[in-house]
Amino acid sequence: MTDASTRKRPRNLDLPSLIFYKLPLPGKLSILHRVSGLGLFLLLGPLLWLFQLSVTSPEAFATFQELASCWVVKVVFAGLIWAFAHHFCAGIRFLLMDAHIGVELEATRRSTLAVFAVSILATIALIWGILL
Amino acid sequence: MINRIVVGAHYGLKDWLVQRVTAIVMALYSVFLIAILWVVKPSDFEAWRAVFALGTVKFATFLFALSLFYHAWIGVRDIWMDYVQPVGIRLTLHVLTLLALIGYSGWAAAILWRL
Repeated sequence: MTDASTRKRPRNLDLPSLIFYKLPLPGKLSILHRVSGLGLFLLLGPLLWLFQLSVTSPEAFATFQELASCWVVKVVFAGLIWAFAHHFCAGIRFLLMDAHIGVELEATRRSTLAVFAVSILATIALIWGILL
Repeated sequence: MINRIVVGAHYGLKDWLVQRVTAIVMALYSVFLIAILWVVKPSDFEAWRAVFALGTVKFATFLFALSLFYHAWIGVRDIWMDYVQPVGIRLTLHVLTLLALIGYSGWAAAILWRL
């Protein structure tokens, strides 16, 4: 008999099987927390460089504005805004769960939906306000 | 039921705590910075630069940067540990990650204190 309660837990999945494994929605939230975190980390260097351009001198600021108005940069920024919004919202959910708030099954499902809703709306609002 | 044998003193507890403390610092800073930009609405270079040249903002931005780099170290190190099995590649990635983050810390300090 191998029902859910007798199966060996936790299960460790390697990267290839992770891609084909059908995760429940809270699992998707969790893996996207990692994906967004890694994405933000990989672009830290370019972001620091852009920040440096923007505060150093009027000439550098002009270069920064020129770069920021390029559509490729805007698409990357849109992705970064989503990554930040998702990582922020999912992170707050994990912090609340650490404090034993909303750890019941139903509550975790509701908070997952809330994270996706808030982060996607925040992404749209920020793209609208900053990039467009 | 997960049977775990926990060995060693404070094994991983410090990382767990640091990850959360740095997260709270970054979350507070993000809200604080968005609020400032919302109020000041810097429209040109001078106004934008002045926001970060302000002592409190500069100090908070530096704390944010350090929190970010420490947070990124723990998170990215865990990603390499979980998905990169060959020891040589994993060690290389760990070292590169650490060196990049240490370099970024110095760079961030240099940018902010030149303002």
